[in-house]
Amino acid sequence: MEAFGLLMHGFAVLMTWKIISLMVVGLVLGIFVGVLPGLGGPNGVAILLPLTFTMDPTSAIVMLSCIYWGALFGGAITSILFNIPGEAWSVATTFDGYPMAQQGKAAEALTAAFTSSFIGSLVAVMLITFLAPMISSFALKFGPPEFFAVYLLTFCSFVGLGREAKHKTVISMALGLLIAGIGMDTVSGNLRMTFGSDNLLRGINFLVAVIGLFGISEILLTMEERLALRGHAAKISLRTVLKVWMDLPKYWVTLLRSSVIGCWLGITPGGAIAASFMGYNLAKRFSKDPESFGKGRIEGVFAPETAAHASGTAALLPMLALGIPGSGTAAILLGGLMVWGLNPGPLLFVEHKDFVWGLIASMYLGNVVGLVIVLTTVPVFASILRVPFAAVAPMIVVSCAIGAYAIQNAMFDIWLMLGFGVVGYVFKKIGIPLAPFTLALVLGSRAEDAFRLAMIGSGGSVGVFWSNGLVGTITTLAITLLFWPVIDRAFAAVARIWRPTPVTT
Amino acid sequence: MSNTDLEIIVEDPTAPEDDSPSVVSTRTIEIIVSLVLLALAIMLGFDNWRTGIAWDSTGPQPGYFPFYLSVILGGASLYGLITTFFARSGGSGTFVTRAQLRRVALVFIPTALFCLATQFLGIYVASFVLIAGFMRMVGKIALWKSLLTAFVFTAIMFVTFDVAFDVIMPKGPIEIGSRSLGL
Repeated sequence: MEAFGLLMHGFAVLMTWKIISLMVVGLVLGIFVGVLPGLGGPNGVAILLPLTFTMDPTSAIVMLSCIYWGALFGGAITSILFNIPGEAWSVATTFDGYPMAQQGKAAEALTAAFTSSFIGSLVAVMLITFLAPMISSFALKFGPPEFFAVYLLTFCSFVGLGREAKHKTVISMALGLLIAGIGMDTVSGNLRMTFGSDNLLRGINFLVAVIGLFGISEILLTMEERLALRGHAAKISLRTVLKVWMDLPKYWVTLLRSSVIGCWLGITPGGAIAASFMGYNLAKRFSKDPESFGKGRIEGVFAPETAAHASGTAALLPMLALGIPGSGTAAILLGGLMVWGLNPGPLLFVEHKDFVWGLIASMYLGNVVGLVIVLTTVPVFASILRVPFAAVAPMIVVSCAIGAYAIQNAMFDIWLMLGFGVVGYVFKKIGIPLAPFTLALVLGSRAEDAFRLAMIGSGGSVGVFWSNGLVGTITTLAITLLFWPVIDRAFAAVARIWRPTPVTT
Repeated sequence: MSNTDLEIIVEDPTAPEDDSPSVVSTRTIEIIVSLVLLALAIMLGFDNWRTGIAWDSTGPQPGYFPFYLSVILGGASLYGLITTFFARSGGSGTFVTRAQLRRVALVFIPTALFCLATQFLGIYVASFVLIAGFMRMVGKIALWKSLLTAFVFTAIMFVTFDVAFDVIMPKGPIEIGSRSLGL
């Protein structure tokens, strides 16, 4: 009940014209970012972050989180109308969404996508509302060893549970952690890895890296492809919306199952991509008519969209409660909090109640307003794709440069952005994942500080990470996840040995 | 299937040809990247070792944590190098074709020139030149449309960042000159 009261206080914080306007602006910008080829949630948030530097933290985070919701909504438009997934988590939406559009049911498919996005997000926000305060009050008991163990758990689960080659994830993460350590050491004041360069004294800002890695590299990748589009125009009528909504109760199991999958994979670093595919596959497996999937079945739109959005939203839970983001975009939002001098983690709930509950309330309100905006403006956003890419590409480049410069007012950062753009392009093409890189960049200095404090406390003994039941459990779990592929294979081998051999007669 | 509502069609006159020859294979790039990362790991590891990787009275020295990360990066890069080098199949596909490389260069070179121009001309003049030039030369869009789009977008950026949100951008002689003239 306490959470409910605080949430109501959060709504009261939001109810100003200024914040509501920022919310609408953020959502529109976000949908725009989601629809445009070459832009997506993470770089959209990173590029637009400098706009919020002069705002108070609550207004700023409301606008940024609304860009995030908007980008999540926008991805479905291109998937369904053009068979072009704006983001990787929208791929599964194309399986049934595009066939529906081909059958003249684009409006139904879009309504289903937006509604299920809303439902997935809503379930995840409810989870955040009631779980985040509990986790954060529990985490108040954490000391440096526990915090380092949690960081280790995050890093190890990326390596152990990720789909990419393990050494590539390790490379991505180690490189991110090393780059985060460039500049002045916060404890001793010594310079590290600067090689005498004045520009590296202040370190490499992770936002500059993110803008290059996601924004510039995406432009280069998009240019490689044939940019011809052939798709459907759609207009959503109130009648269609009501028809889809009336049918919703029929799919309650799919919606619930996908929400649970999404929330789970959002809190753990499984991510929205895995969630959307898992949601789709399970909907197909449990269906009475699995053959109809892939041919324009509305359930095939409900399942991945609900799971992806539940996951994208739930990724904010560990960010708020522990200061550990569950996704790349959540990592950028976390970086935004640090820019405004807020320290994400358990203390945030104690020291900045207005801010935290304002943000949680904005998640509810942002999703409602977002749903209304996308349902009413689909033709406008779909027509953005008529703009030739030759006009869009330089505008994105300019936006990236302005964003990169504005972070520290440094010309060097524009060059860094370009360098990271090339790195991102090459890494994406050879399968080195960028999400662990971003996460490591954001968490690097915090993880190192926690490690050093823990080691100082123990006089240099790594036994501190098993010094009590809590930290020992987290560290052991981290190591188990790191070696999970090996453990999994060992279990499978044992199971094969014990399985009785079928007798053939 | 109904095609009556097929309304949004955008053609790509400069699309890369499907049969364009390969410039470099993915395997070669993987080997190069592994070697670069290995060299980087050695360089950073050496710098951290110089800074100090031992313990002193205040705890671990500044290079302690990043040194071991350099070792991890070096180890993973070496593993990648060996597995790619000895892999009999896989990863030998095309990294980029000639047509794709030409298209990537069409964006990369103007972007690099834009970064250079920003240093001397200021970000808004450089942006105007980049957008107008790119639309006209790469997109073959009408000159008046290119100039108008570049002007409108640059003006929106200026009003948003410099005026509304007070984020000061790098200025060049034209921008400073026009301000001193009161424009």
